[in-house]
Amino acid sequence: MTTDLAKYIFRFIILILAQVLIVQNINLTNYIVLYPYVLIIILLPFQTPKLVLLIISFLVGCIIDFFYDSSGLHASACTLMAFARYYILKFMSPREGYDAVLKPTVDDMGLPWFITFAGSLVLIHHLFFFYLEVFRFTEFFRILLRVILSSIGTFGLIYLIQFLFFTKRK
Amino acid sequence: MRNLLSFVIKHNFIFVFLFLQLICVWLMVHSHGYQGSHVLNSSNEVVANIYQTAANTKEYFLLKNENDKLNYENAQLRNLLKNNFSIIPLKEFRRNDTLYKQQYTYVSAKIVNASVNKRRNYLTLNIGKNQGLTHDMAVMSPEGIVGIVTNVSNNFASVMSVLHKDFGINSQLKKDRSYGPLVWDGKSYEYCSMIDIPTHAKLKKGDTVVTSELSGIFPEGILVGFVEDFERKQGESFYTAKIKLSTNFKKVNHVYVITNRFKTERDSLEKISQKNDD
Repeated sequence: MTTDLAKYIFRFIILILAQVLIVQNINLTNYIVLYPYVLIIILLPFQTPKLVLLIISFLVGCIIDFFYDSSGLHASACTLMAFARYYILKFMSPREGYDAVLKPTVDDMGLPWFITFAGSLVLIHHLFFFYLEVFRFTEFFRILLRVILSSIGTFGLIYLIQFLFFTKRK
Repeated sequence: MRNLLSFVIKHNFIFVFLFLQLICVWLMVHSHGYQGSHVLNSSNEVVANIYQTAANTKEYFLLKNENDKLNYENAQLRNLLKNNFSIIPLKEFRRNDTLYKQQYTYVSAKIVNASVNKRRNYLTLNIGKNQGLTHDMAVMSPEGIVGIVTNVSNNFASVMSVLHKDFGINSQLKKDRSYGPLVWDGKSYEYCSMIDIPTHAKLKKGDTVVTSELSGIFPEGILVGFVEDFERKQGESFYTAKIKLSTNFKKVNHVYVITNRFKTERDSLEKISQKNDD
């Protein structure tokens, strides 16, 4: 249990540092902006109490806001994402509930499950975030393109991180 | 009351969610515009120190590039040295300190964090309140305009870059001083637009755009960029020009912060006139 907690804290710090020091400096085009830090929220265990989930997400968002000068934008998007995560998990839950040993990773749950779960969460986060960032309807379709391309990019990056760091050695 | 309370407790998940969203909205509202003081920003000491460590590492790898640029600028300045010009011994050309008051002073600074791909882009500088910075000071690079200081902490400052949704500082055409605000549409870090240019201005591709004294922040004549393209929308009596920015925001590293020493005087005077109107 303690090692698990240490692992989650370590992951939390590493992903945030990677986001603000490395990923922030990747400028592909203005249409692809990557936010793989959402993996912190995606990978929280199934059994996380729902209020703890909300508060952790809010904190993650706030920390990213500190670094990105975006006061409140990321916090808001992350909180919404945590809110959605609870209902999505409930909706996708098997009849006997989630096994306590399993974690929401590609390795444990399989790729199709992970695409539905993480993909929809990333999409919700990006959709909310990019529209809130601009808050104007005149740029509607351009933002939509940003949302779609960025979501694909972020999901790809998340999958890559999973593939590299969370695969069990056989 | 009891029913209400039990209702809230029963749906605590949704209420906590709404409460957190309310905090977010409060944070967003309080950060609006460049006058507002941000609650969460990167001039915060912890955040800025992390950025500075990263920037120091990165700078080490860019030393050669930076040296070339400084050398180039040194050469340019050397060209302006007094002993490069022949002296004309006329009494009228003598400079008199009581007549020429220095209005703008320059402080050099290093950028420790920058972005170009958001809709609101900021830069963080390695100097702050202790070095005499306050908000609303102009920031330029050797190549041209960069932005405006929005927040300062003791040793760091946050700068709103030209690449920001709410920038809108007045600039002018160098040749005839027709002016209009600069706005950024979020498409590319290399271009921005100058809107509301009166149609009597004889706009041409390649025209130079410089800052205007009207902004009250920038001194006149700092390079902004060059007109790449312009159009007049139907039914409007103004031009909108696409401008190629002279500063490369992806590579900018050393900047100058410009202090307008008469700013307080000018602002308070303008405020008095406005108050008399109201």
